[in-house]
This record gives sequence, structure tokens and C-alpha cells, in this order.
Amino acid sequence: MAKRIDVSGLSAYYGTHKAIDDISMTVEPRSVTAFIGPSGCGKSTFLRTLNRMHEVTPGGRVEGKVMLDDENLYGAGVDPVSVRRTVGMVFQRPNPFPTMSIYENVAAGIRLNGGRIRKAELDDVVEKSLQGANLWKEVKDRLNKPGAGLSGGQQQRLCIARAIAVEPQVLLMDEPCSALDPISTLAIEDLIGELKERFTIVIVTHNMQQAARVSDRTAFFNLAGVGQPGKLVEIDETARIFSNPSVQATEDYISGRFG
Amino acid sequence: MSDVSIDQPLASGSAPQPRSVSLHRPRLPRWAPAAVAAFAIAAGCGTGLGAGLSSRVQWGLIAAGLFVTVMYALATRVEGRRQATDRLATSLVWVCFLLAVVPLVSLVWETVARGIKVLDGNFLTHSMAGVLTIQPGGGVYHAIIGTLEQVGIATAIAAPVGLLTAVYLVEYGRGRLAKAVTFFVDVMTGIPSIVAGLFILSFWILMLDFGYSGFAGSMALAILMMPVVVRSTEEMLKLVPNELREASLALGVPKWRTILKVVLPTAIGGIATGVTLAIARIAGESAPIVLLVFGSQVINNNPFDGAQSSLPYYIYEQWAAGNDASYARAWAAALVLIAFVMILNLVARGIARWKAPKTHR
Repeated sequence: MAKRIDVSGLSAYYGTHKAIDDISMTVEPRSVTAFIGPSGCGKSTFLRTLNRMHEVTPGGRVEGKVMLDDENLYGAGVDPVSVRRTVGMVFQRPNPFPTMSIYENVAAGIRLNGGRIRKAELDDVVEKSLQGANLWKEVKDRLNKPGAGLSGGQQQRLCIARAIAVEPQVLLMDEPCSALDPISTLAIEDLIGELKERFTIVIVTHNMQQAARVSDRTAFFNLAGVGQPGKLVEIDETARIFSNPSVQATEDYISGRFG
Repeated sequence: MSDVSIDQPLASGSAPQPRSVSLHRPRLPRWAPAAVAAFAIAAGCGTGLGAGLSSRVQWGLIAAGLFVTVMYALATRVEGRRQATDRLATSLVWVCFLLAVVPLVSLVWETVARGIKVLDGNFLTHSMAGVLTIQPGGGVYHAIIGTLEQVGIATAIAAPVGLLTAVYLVEYGRGRLAKAVTFFVDVMTGIPSIVAGLFILSFWILMLDFGYSGFAGSMALAILMMPVVVRSTEEMLKLVPNELREASLALGVPKWRTILKVVLPTAIGGIATGVTLAIARIAGESAPIVLLVFGSQVINNNPFDGAQSSLPYYIYEQWAAGNDASYARAWAAALVLIAFVMILNLVARGIARWKAPKTHR
């Protein structure tokens, strides 16, 4: 069920400002691809173009092609809503719905999409998703408590459970651990390792050790200067990027000699 | 705490002349403000009595002024300038708080004291039909019915329109149209109630030739209520974090469902409070009612046909009648109106607390 993403000639704009310029890359199915690079280089913007969340921002606009297997996400007649059902997303800050219980949060994707589903089936999906997010054991006795009452790390795993409950093909993660402590981070990294058996995963991170630990391939983004659009410098096997990158800027960045 | 100097050298002996530093500063005892307040009140009353000032307001102002000055002088002497400034600000805050509360409390006190005399079951369940204004007796039932119906209809018109306008402004509105709507909502907020009444009078009654009715009053009340609902709902919707909208959209939920199932439920407590407060505001409007509802002595349950009464109108009418029995009825009706508004406020708070997003474990 995981799908390959093939991006070609993609540029994204905020109003008249060009945020990323002419990016082309391939993301392999059932693998983890990490995006690294300095702040403001367009990693998150690029990530958001992969499930058409970029255009939710006022003034957001995209040029180019994103092929999901053989369908162009930006083709005529493509419904952004169904794109987002296929390509799920986890955000930087955990954002469970505050009015909903843990159970309702996980079921939100299905219920809000208006899916008619039997209670027993839904129970099943919720349990499976929470187990998939390694949260089941911690919350199984308090599924009806509010989701916002969990700790930060648990909330983030709840958000992952919520994202995988709708059975996406691809999971995008925008710095999912940056608001978490090391132990919760470890839990989520382990989880990413398990999830890549089922999903194509793309993760943005500022933590290079994390990129080295969890990803199969790594893409390095950079920008020429303030106000300039971000560009893809290179993408390769993670081991190669961190040992013997083909571009000098990449080596400078990961060895801390940047700038 | 008080000023702290930490320039004492760590290795004593080697450095030149360590200035002796103490962390302690003299402070006024905890009971000092209370004592000064008691003294100021006593002095204020004493001066007032002695000088034969008839107005209690003057007594109070003398006491307030004394309290602020004595507190400041005392603190300057004992505690130093920074503490004294702090005391001055604190006493000013307290005095202003009392100044704000005194009229409110005395208003409620006066209304309750005068209104309670004739307020009983009979008063609440009878109209003024067949009661001469100079007679005691009669009641407000017809006015309560009128107020409930007029306010209810006004809410039924204004709340949905206001809510949807706010949703448009926050979730969809971009560019010129949204700016124009915001501008007109602002303008509408400032419309005097008598103008809204005159507008409906000329449009509904004079041009379209409908008669006086509760419904005509409701339309004017709806005009007054709508901008209040738009404003408060707008503020509440803006408070909903954008991350929640994005989280929902990223799950593949369409925008309209996101608004309906995520944004509105998150803000519903505040929205309900805003609507309830808007209702409370229009419940006391009298100008449009006088123009459009006409007033009546008898029970008229049909808001769409014929003159009705309402609580504000009833108060005005009974006061205008100018005798002891009607004054008593006016006060009792005022008490009923205040109680109505107060109950609405309590309901709003209840809803806000009940619906507030829950974070406890």
C-alpha cells in the first residue's frame, strides 16, 4: 500500500515570495526519507506541498509535478481532500483536538470524514492504531479521558495514531520530536522504524543524529541567503550523506562547519 | 522583596571596604492597610458630620483621599520610595475598584429593597387587565410573555446570521468583501437603538403597512444584536489555534466539516457566552419597543399580531403613571428584568464551563 513519490520541477510560493525553487526528487516506498537543512530553507514548505497542505496558507501556490505512483497530485481534477486522506501528516507541535477524548481523537479521521462504520469495527481501528503508535498500553484504561490531558510525548504518539488510523499510503512528519524529551523522542524513533514496514515516511528534522538513526535516505536543503528561495542540494543514501557527501556544503553543514 | 545588593565581594578581606549589606528592610505590618482604611473611614465620617456635609458621597471621597495619602506618607517614612510607590498604586486600584462597585451594589440594593414589596406569585402570573393604575395589584405576566417572545424571536434571527457571518469572516473572508463586512459590522455596533426602531417603523409599519406587533420589535432588536454576536463569535473563532484546523485538514477532512466538527466545538463555550450576553443586552432595550410594540395592558400571546408589552416598556409605563402603586410595580418589574439578565449571565457561565476544552487527566 505504500507508494512512491516522484517530484519534478516543484516550486512553491507565498504570495509573490518564492519559498522553494525547482526541486526534483524521488521518495522510495517503504522507506524513511529525512530532510535536513538550516531554518528557513523550505524543508517544511516542501513537505507541505506533498499533501497539498501548502495551499491552505493564504497566498500559498505551487508549480511543478508531484507524482504519487502514476497520479499527479497537482493534476486537473484532483481533489486536495482525497490527497490528504492518502498522504497523512504529523505536525511539529502535538495538536490533539481539545474537545475530544483519546478515543475520539483517534477515530476523528474516520468519523469526521462521515464514514458510516460499526462501533465494533471502529473500536478495532482505534485499538490497532494506538498499538501501531505504541500508545495502547498506556491509555487503554482511559480512552474516554480528554486527549489534551496526556503528556507531550504521549500526545504526539496520539497524533501519529490519529494519522495512521485513516490508513494513508504516505506519512509526512514535520519535526515530530522537536517539542519532546529524549525518552519520548526515542519512543517515536522506534515507532518510525516499525511504521516504515507499512508506509512511505518523510521526516523533517533539525537533529542530524536523528536523521542518521532513522532514515534510509537523506535530502539536504539549503538557501543562498535571506529572502532567497530554498533549494535541494543533494539526496542520497543516508550513510553516504553522512560519510562521503558529493557536495561540499553538505559536508560543511553536517560537520558543523556551516556558514 | 526589597532591594537586593549583591556587590559584596565573595572573598572577604582582600577587597577594599565591603559595604555592609542587609537583605532586610523595615516593612509596615500586614494589618497596616486595614488600620489606615479604618482610620480614613472614621475620619471621613467624622469630618462629614462635623462640617455638616449632607452628601455621603463627599464623606466617602474624603475617606478615599485620606486613605491614599496616609498610606503613601506612611510607606515613604517607613519603607522607602519604591515600596511607597507600590503602596500608592495598590491603594489607587482598591479605591477605583470600590468606586466602580458602589454604584453597582447600591443599584441592586435599591431595586431589591423597593421591588421585593409587591413581587410575589400573583405579580408574576397576572396582567394589568382591568387594574386601574392607582390601584395596587396587577402584575407583569403580559410583559414577561412579551419580553420572552420578542427577545426569543430576535435571537432566532440574529444568532444564526451573526454566527454564519463570523464564520465567513474568520474562515473564508479574504479581500474587499470581508473588509466591507467588518466595516459595516463596526458601524452597526454603534447604531443607537432608537434609530434601529425608527428604521423598522418606517420600513415595516409605515411603508409595508403592517401593524404594531412584537415581531416588529424583534426585528429592531435583531439589528441591535447581530453585530454583538458577530464580534464576540469572531473573537472566539480567532482563538481556535490554526494547528487544529491544519490537523483536521491533514486527516483529509473537508473544510466545511473541519469548521463544523473541530473549530465550532472548540469555541462553542465562548460563542454561547457571547450570544447570551448579547441577549442580555437587548432584553433591556426600551426605545424600539416603545416605537414598535406599542405597549398593552392585557396578555397577547401572539407576537405577530397586535400590541404587546415588555418589561422595559412596562417599567416606563408604570413610572409614567406617577402614583405609589405604579411606582411599586415599576420597581418590581425592574427587579424581574435584572433577575432575567442575571440568570442569562449565569447560564452563559455555566455553558462556558461545561463546554470548555478539557485538559485535566
